[in-house]
Amino acid sequence: MDIIASYGTMLVLLAAAVGFFMAYGIGANDVANAMGTSVGSKALTIKQAILIAMVFEFAGAYLAGGEVTSTIRKGIIDATPFADIPELMVLGMISALFAAGAWLLLASMLGWPVSTTHSIIGAIIGFALVAVGSEAIQWGKVAGIVGSWIVTPAISGFIAYLIFMSAQKLIFDTSAPLQNAKRFVPIYMALAGFVMALVTIKKGLKHIGINLGTFEGYALAIGIAVAVGLIGKMAIARLKMDPKADKQMQFNNVEKVFAVLMVLTACCMAFAHGSNDVANAIGPLAAVVNIVENDGVIAKKAALAWWILPLGGLGIVAGLAILGKKVIKTIGEGITHLTPSRGFAAELAAASTVVIASGTGLPISTTQTLVGAVLGVGMARGIAALNMSVIRNIVVSWVITLPVGAALAIVIFYVLRAAFGV
Amino acid sequence: MPTNAFLGVFAKSPIKPVEEHIKIVHKASKALIPFFNHVFKGEWDEAETLRVQIRNLERDADKLKREVRLQLPRGLFMPVERTDLLELITHQDKIANKAKDIAGRVVGREMVIPESIQADFLTYLQRCVDATKQASKAINELDELLETGFRGREVTLVENMLVELDAIEQDTDDMQIKIRQELRAVEAGLNPVDVMFLYKIIEWVGELADIAERVGSRLELMLAR
Repeated sequence: MDIIASYGTMLVLLAAAVGFFMAYGIGANDVANAMGTSVGSKALTIKQAILIAMVFEFAGAYLAGGEVTSTIRKGIIDATPFADIPELMVLGMISALFAAGAWLLLASMLGWPVSTTHSIIGAIIGFALVAVGSEAIQWGKVAGIVGSWIVTPAISGFIAYLIFMSAQKLIFDTSAPLQNAKRFVPIYMALAGFVMALVTIKKGLKHIGINLGTFEGYALAIGIAVAVGLIGKMAIARLKMDPKADKQMQFNNVEKVFAVLMVLTACCMAFAHGSNDVANAIGPLAAVVNIVENDGVIAKKAALAWWILPLGGLGIVAGLAILGKKVIKTIGEGITHLTPSRGFAAELAAASTVVIASGTGLPISTTQTLVGAVLGVGMARGIAALNMSVIRNIVVSWVITLPVGAALAIVIFYVLRAAFGV
Repeated sequence: MPTNAFLGVFAKSPIKPVEEHIKIVHKASKALIPFFNHVFKGEWDEAETLRVQIRNLERDADKLKREVRLQLPRGLFMPVERTDLLELITHQDKIANKAKDIAGRVVGREMVIPESIQADFLTYLQRCVDATKQASKAINELDELLETGFRGREVTLVENMLVELDAIEQDTDDMQIKIRQELRAVEAGLNPVDVMFLYKIIEWVGELADIAERVGSRLELMLAR
């Protein structure tokens, strides 16, 4: 108990530092995945992508990011056994952040697309195992995470398939694709705006002290959706079409219309990513701050300290601006044959899945949803070629992330215990 | 920063190179028209230049074919069957090979084509080149096919192109019969060995259209799945 009393400020600072480190890693690596499809399909330039990512990651983290933190803090491990030994909880959360951040950095250096969500969960499980034993871990929840390896890609893949097929039916497979694109793309935009607005209203506005009723919430979401659709319509009307580009099918012009939509889905994706993944960095940090502020009492439900969300958001933005540029660039130049219409289906599906999951508090991984969504578009015969061996590797990396995160956290946990003499 | 593995999910698309390949192949077969124009006039130097040009195009096509094959490892998930795509490009490549063989043989033997059949020979050749052009046009719809998920209107469009390709090929068959008869009428006055080879060349030119049709039927198979 005296550890927390005597080293309180230092522990918070340490936790804040590793939390920032973790967020930085997320920004540098994960965001590139999230923005990659937009840049790859040439709907956005790298500069635009970074700008959009900065604004919407931060917005997503700040407006819709609160929900997942509680799942990570309270859902995976049971806090009760820690009631008498809060200092272990504090050290453990710090080591979990450090372990996950380190694993993320290592994996990025090796080029593995690991899930940031799962590395932090693995790390938390790891320290809980050695701190109080396996009874502190809610194995049912862990099983849920393992299940999400299948369920999440399946859901986002299915949504992507539906979106792609609907675009086929409504736009590409008609006698006047360009006209239909002009007519229907604003509806897709409204849809994207609706999902984003709804989650923000339902989950996020609480954090900044605005509470809306169910009816007002939906009404506002629909209002925003309509506004987004109208703005999209105007943007499309301003596009310069090249009548000579295609003789019969006008697909090049149709893709231009989709490129406008792609800008919006990129915003969506960044927003979704921010809302879901910023929690990975700030969840454990919030736990530490709570315990220290309450003098070692682990509160059942505690409000986030005001500075935690912005810190996570800033970390992500900093990582993105400093390191993410290169990754986005490689993606932008590496992906071939990803046109705006295909990229849009993948991105909107992934974003919807993440936003929905973030709303329900399920700690899913952005990588998983994107892989699932890309597969979905592929299944709809929309992407020229997908590398299955890479997808297999990605799935393997999901599986090993949990044990590796756990092992790293255990090592760091022992080091920290020795350092603080607990 | 090393490359992000997520981008590896998107393999390099084989569709564009396949389209590029048939364009080169068609160019090689098209070069036969100016080539034979020189041959008719006995301008062997110019013919030789064109032969070299055709040979270079054939080499370019070969290189592209090899690239496509290397790009298709087993673990690739594509909207079309791997084997179909490989066979498609193999057949495409044969057009360039045939064009090269024709030019090589004609220059090598400095073959003289009897004046009485020259005009018909040229229209015959032109029609065969039309067939490769039509095949090239159909193959170049591949990315639009991808855009529509290999379904619906675009499929009908390509199918119509292939029907036309079949019609062109039948035309060339009829023309081949006619030109053979014309050659038979004058063959008595020609060197027998030359005549032998001339029949061969006529046959080979016809094969350009045959192979083009086979490329079309490969594409049809891809659409059927």
